[in-house]
Amino acid sequence: MMNEIKNSEAEAQLPATMEGDGDVYLQDNESLKYLTFNVSGGIYGVAISGVKEITEYPSLTRVPMTPAFIRGVINLRGNVVPVIDLAVRLGKASQEASNRSCVIIVEIEADDEKTDIGIVVDAVTAVIDIPNEDIEVAPAFGAEIRSDFISGMGKRNEKFVVLLELERVLSIDELAELTESLGR
Amino acid sequence: MSERPQDMFREEASELLQGMEDALLEIENTPDDPDLINAIFRAAHTIKGTGGVFGYDHVQAFTHVAENVLDKVRDGDISVDSNLVALLLKCRDHIEQLVESAVNDEEKPVDDVMVNDAELLNGLRLYLEGDSTASSELSIADDPVEQLNSARYVEADNWHISLRFDAEVLQNGMDPLSFLRYLKKLGTLVSVSTLYDALPDMVDLDPELCYLGFELDMQTDADKEQIEQVFEFVAELAQIHILPPRANILRYAEMINSLPDDEQRIGEILLASGALTQRELNEALANQNADADSQKSLLGDALIEDNVVHKEIVDVALEKQSKAKARKASESRSLRVDADKLDKLINLVGELVISGATTNLQAQRLNDEQLLESTAQMSHLVEEIRDNALTLRMVQIGETFNRFQRVVRDVSKELGKNIKLEISGADTELDKTVVEKIGDPLMHLVRNSMDHGIESAAERLAAGKPEQGVLRLNAFHDSGSIVIEVSDDGKGLSKERILAKAMEKGLIESGQNLTDKEIYRLIFEAGFSTAEQVTSLSGRGVGMDVVRRNIEALRGAVDVDSTPGKGSTVSIRLPLTLAIIDGFLVGVGDASYVIPLDMVIECIELDDEDRQGGDLGYINLRGEILPYLRLRDAFNENHDYPARESIVVVQYGSQRAGFVVDELLGELQTVIKPIGKILQGVKGISGATILGTGDVAVILDVYNLVQRTTAVMGDVGKQAALKDASVTLH
Repeated sequence: MMNEIKNSEAEAQLPATMEGDGDVYLQDNESLKYLTFNVSGGIYGVAISGVKEITEYPSLTRVPMTPAFIRGVINLRGNVVPVIDLAVRLGKASQEASNRSCVIIVEIEADDEKTDIGIVVDAVTAVIDIPNEDIEVAPAFGAEIRSDFISGMGKRNEKFVVLLELERVLSIDELAELTESLGR
Repeated sequence: MSERPQDMFREEASELLQGMEDALLEIENTPDDPDLINAIFRAAHTIKGTGGVFGYDHVQAFTHVAENVLDKVRDGDISVDSNLVALLLKCRDHIEQLVESAVNDEEKPVDDVMVNDAELLNGLRLYLEGDSTASSELSIADDPVEQLNSARYVEADNWHISLRFDAEVLQNGMDPLSFLRYLKKLGTLVSVSTLYDALPDMVDLDPELCYLGFELDMQTDADKEQIEQVFEFVAELAQIHILPPRANILRYAEMINSLPDDEQRIGEILLASGALTQRELNEALANQNADADSQKSLLGDALIEDNVVHKEIVDVALEKQSKAKARKASESRSLRVDADKLDKLINLVGELVISGATTNLQAQRLNDEQLLESTAQMSHLVEEIRDNALTLRMVQIGETFNRFQRVVRDVSKELGKNIKLEISGADTELDKTVVEKIGDPLMHLVRNSMDHGIESAAERLAAGKPEQGVLRLNAFHDSGSIVIEVSDDGKGLSKERILAKAMEKGLIESGQNLTDKEIYRLIFEAGFSTAEQVTSLSGRGVGMDVVRRNIEALRGAVDVDSTPGKGSTVSIRLPLTLAIIDGFLVGVGDASYVIPLDMVIECIELDDEDRQGGDLGYINLRGEILPYLRLRDAFNENHDYPARESIVVVQYGSQRAGFVVDELLGELQTVIKPIGKILQGVKGISGATILGTGDVAVILDVYNLVQRTTAVMGDVGKQAALKDASVTLH
């Protein structure tokens, strides 16, 4: 019923880029597809409609004088794209890049402008369907990360996947302000 | 991506209105210049016509009245004074609003605009009072020669149309009669005379040929263009003359001359139809007979032979005509291109530059001599293409400057001050994207100077200055930047007041030792405003820091200088282009950074002796103090200094500093890539570029880093350093 990919198969089956794969988009109103991944030991998911592509950990250029959550910038087919260390942004310890590390390129819309942002994750695990009734609201407290970062808790085989509200996690205004205030 | 025709109308209208405004402002000084009057008239006329094509009734209705007034100005019935100019300027603004609302498909402009409409129309009608025929003489050809002879107009109030159809017109499927019928829709035909003199004998008559000509007189509210449109389809197959009501007699003479028929015969017809009086006809024919020898004699010559005007005047008029033609010719050689297309092209050239660099790198790796040679040749070409592509987007700053004529005029009236705007360096070119963004900051600065800088006339006289204040806008190129200056001859900045204010606002602490420049620069801090009175123009304390931020967002810098009692100058320094630059690549740690080459003065090795200091220090560069910043430390790289370090000496404006780097990697062409909103605010970097290897390199913001270097040194530090240096020197 669901095209879940087992962890061990993930790297083998997920191509370096998954652009324009029509099958992964919403098919009915009842369940959405989510891309799940590991960050600092936790499992997180984002709605796959916001994901543009997944690339293997690229050669990164560090940008001096920036906050720790900015890993650097990469050359994505001629465009300079900032890469955010998701672990740091979620308030966890930054992880060394391994051969399973990936950069997920997501598109964030702010002020009518679309911006590509890369997020570093420790490993991409699967693309799964989560029916709407299996998504619970985020707990008001007790979560390990900022509650406004969570769009919901998706139930998967009796476990919870933290579904991220990317518009908040990667709020361009907030990130820009944090970056700018560092230089003062 | 294709533009709507409405948008093109909007664009055309805004250009015309800009031209109208420029002419209106100029005409205040030279009220009798017919060129200016014509320019204003033409703008209104064209907007009315095009507005009508689109069915923008409000635009058409209003512009029509304005045009009538302008027409009377052109005829000399109304003289130009400052009241009229003020009214027409308001009309110009109003037309702009009407066009805007029409283009946005609003059914009716908002109420405010309509109230405005009524007021302005009343104002305009005052000038039109007692004249009901104004609307019938909309479009008299703006021929300067004709204006020379304004007294010699015919009396008849009708349009005169003369038609000579070519013989083949019937064979081409056109029926001359249908045009006459259609013409009737525009107005009343007062008289129609058929010329059948060309009819051959019945034997020779070819029923497929047309032998007829017509002389028509009509009453109509239509303008010349509309009448011409009636004959649009037959224009190539007929000789058509359309003379407006009260046309110059010479135009009739010209017409009679160019017609194939017998002069006397035509004269009779014109007389019979009431187009000309006997006296007028005699005059026209006399003119005609005077140069009967040469059928093609120029109108100008006719005038001179007739001793009507002096040769010089005709020469001037003819020269004007040829100039206008030359202008037309040069206009048609330029091409309107969608800015997006240019941007795309420049982006592509950027990609080309990068991939050229990659190819070069490969060639060097392979060390194939022939390959190296051809890549060298290619990079040379790419460089040329890059430079040419960039110039495509360069525009002169003059247009932006000229917009301030109006601002200065309006604001000085509002403030009750007498202020003149002087513009220099209007032909200085800079990138269109920069020009677009510089308007707002300039507006703030200009208003600020007028409001706070320049004193009232009384104060100026008391200070022994001329009553009229001067505001200057100036632009020039300076080592890879463009500098724009806004200066005034007002009272200058008051150091004491700035200090007091800054202290009050907590921007500085008492006892802080600041140079004059540093004090002046405080006015760019957020929340700073010394104006005692908050006026509607400025004084809200948001202006200057917004200016600074806008300019820094363009990778530029702003500075201010002032002499008490003499005035102040704000200078804005901006990069010439936001797209591609020559860069100098340096290595720091394991990363490479790009410094804009225009700002690099020289590179020197850092002595062992000088390497003792930390991230900031100074060296003695040929007797001068050069503060330096160690990028390795500033960028938080590890402290394993390499065996050799170099200093790149850079200059920004008048300030010099050195950047200590690990490696000098040479020059390269770089395409500035937008770095995105998130990283835009990072101090010390201004962008990113992609190297030949495909890696991203960060472009350093020299201004910010130089500021950081010199700020820490401070003046006191510099003096200490100077002493130090002189000791080392000896």
